[in-house]
Amino acid sequence: MDIAIDTSKSRYHIDKNGYYGRFGGAYVPEMLFPNVDELQHKYMEVLRDPAFQQEFEALLRDYVGRPSPLYFAKRLSEKYQAKIFLKREDLNHTGAHKINNTIGQILLAKRLGKKRIIAETGAGQHGVATATVCALMGMECVVYMGSVDIERQAPNVSRMKMLGATVVAATSGSQTLKDATNEAIRDWINNPVDTHYILGTAAGPHPYPDMVARLQSVISEEIRKQLQEKTGSGLPDYVVACIGGGSNAAGAFFHYLDEEEVKLVAVEAGGKGVHSGHSAATTQLGKIGIIHASKTLLMQTEDGQITEPYSISAGLDYPGIGPMHAHLYETGRAMFLDATDDEALAAAYELCKLEGIIPAMESAHALAKLKDLPFNPDDVVVVCLSGRGDKDLNTYIRHMNK
Amino acid sequence: MQNRIDQLFAAKQHGVLNIYCTAGYPELNDTLPVMTALQQHGADLIELGMPFSDPLADGPVIQDSGTRALKNGMSVHKLFEQLAGFRDRIHVPVILMGYFNPVLLYGVEAFVKKCAEVGVDGVILPDLPMAEYVAEYKTIFEENNVNLIFLVTPETSDERIRQLDSLSKGFLYAVSSSSTTGKDKDMSHQQAYFERLQQLKLQNPVLIGFGIKDKATFDAACRYTNGAIIGTAFIKALGEGKDIDDTVRNFIGSIK
Repeated sequence: MDIAIDTSKSRYHIDKNGYYGRFGGAYVPEMLFPNVDELQHKYMEVLRDPAFQQEFEALLRDYVGRPSPLYFAKRLSEKYQAKIFLKREDLNHTGAHKINNTIGQILLAKRLGKKRIIAETGAGQHGVATATVCALMGMECVVYMGSVDIERQAPNVSRMKMLGATVVAATSGSQTLKDATNEAIRDWINNPVDTHYILGTAAGPHPYPDMVARLQSVISEEIRKQLQEKTGSGLPDYVVACIGGGSNAAGAFFHYLDEEEVKLVAVEAGGKGVHSGHSAATTQLGKIGIIHASKTLLMQTEDGQITEPYSISAGLDYPGIGPMHAHLYETGRAMFLDATDDEALAAAYELCKLEGIIPAMESAHALAKLKDLPFNPDDVVVVCLSGRGDKDLNTYIRHMNK
Repeated sequence: MQNRIDQLFAAKQHGVLNIYCTAGYPELNDTLPVMTALQQHGADLIELGMPFSDPLADGPVIQDSGTRALKNGMSVHKLFEQLAGFRDRIHVPVILMGYFNPVLLYGVEAFVKKCAEVGVDGVILPDLPMAEYVAEYKTIFEENNVNLIFLVTPETSDERIRQLDSLSKGFLYAVSSSSTTGKDKDMSHQQAYFERLQQLKLQNPVLIGFGIKDKATFDAACRYTNGAIIGTAFIKALGEGKDIDDTVRNFIGSIK
């Protein structure tokens, strides 16, 4: 299986010390060192194990519903004058790409003998995906979520509770994803032996960025196969994905990183405008720094205090990006654009009207940039539709009635 | 000149009391008054916290003090401004404790030089990895005679404790239990760990931190090591007290 693929020769993948270029690493306090060290030493061994791969694949197929379709969006293609395909991660069980990673990590946690699972969540998609796999495996589950997000993503909070998870409100800082992640890390510090932290994005200390990217790489693995069948070539001209921490983008880009002719486009949340003071466009506003134990690009003050980002979408409301993405930005391997709240809303309504699909607010950011990319009519474009929009209905309705 | 931390341990082997306080807390300009009172009433060492927006290893009390200090306007630059000339009044060793990001942004070399210039004796950066310290920063600290102090926990292996001890200067910070600061854990469970530390015959003096809050826990910690660090309990007292000098006198009086 491709999740254990040898990437040691690539300049875009992690090196043996856990860095992508100058980004990455594990800036953990000593209290977390044993946990992180254990993962660093064991994750590839587990991912390479044929028994793990078999169990992972079977669950992805029979439980998640993979492969997710690669849908040719005819009317969207006509509008933007390119061949646009949507990778339908929204059709996965639990409604987003997040489940790929949580299935993989719960199997890993079992193999490490862990009894208890913790997670952070922004939009609630990762929290729901974690609560789901914990129910599946009969493990205790605690999900940290910013109080602001608990309010704006109420349906997902109810889903997590129904699935048996305990949802704990993070009340510090901006009370969003960053603070939920802090609380999850604190919980891990206080429960070092029996607990596994299922981090939901391609950020955090090494090995999380690589581990999450590998577990999500099923997305690009399938795109290659499906595109080969549909167009005669596995290589598109563009792969477009939204990016908060960057897990769906990491998965959609993974098997294309070394295919330099494939243009990779990452779309950040511009919020109310990059320079409005209400934005989460990290590559535009960030400097190198350390967030959640990873050296990466980070929105911060002159004094090195992490600032509170803003986005209409809870899943993109993060002041950093994963270290792989920081490296892709710095090397120019991926193009980084940003979409404002309004652009994302317009793109979401457009997808509803043209294709009958309500996208997650996060995914709508990726769709919003189709209008700005210089397509030729023959260009094959894949957009990662990372999740479905049910959870965002309140936001959509509020703006529709304006 | 010999580092003040080393001087302290050369003169005093037992019952060393290190008190943690957050710079700029409760009010922005309380940093020096608190330090002055700590020295006056018998703290052997002062650990000054540089507030950070996202302190991963801190419990709610210390985090709240940091949040308040940041709201007060505390920053690394401001702290060095406040510390300029403080050695005229304060002779006990002073350690800065903080997360790595603000130091990285300030510039590690500039930061260490500034520490030496104002008279700070040691630095604790809990999230600075050992390998990165050795590869990038060890020389800078050593050339400026600023001690970098590492942490160990009950989960740290003997081999790694020895490594951290060999790199640590001044003392080794033994976290009493695997937890964030201010957690109430039963110290009696830590006995095996403290005995293990004793048996390792480390080259540095050892101070125990996390969970030390009163005379009983301080005395228990001192039975095994050279002393202990009190943070959360002191921040609580400081937050509740009216007069800094009274609060500090009463607090230290209840310990020593």
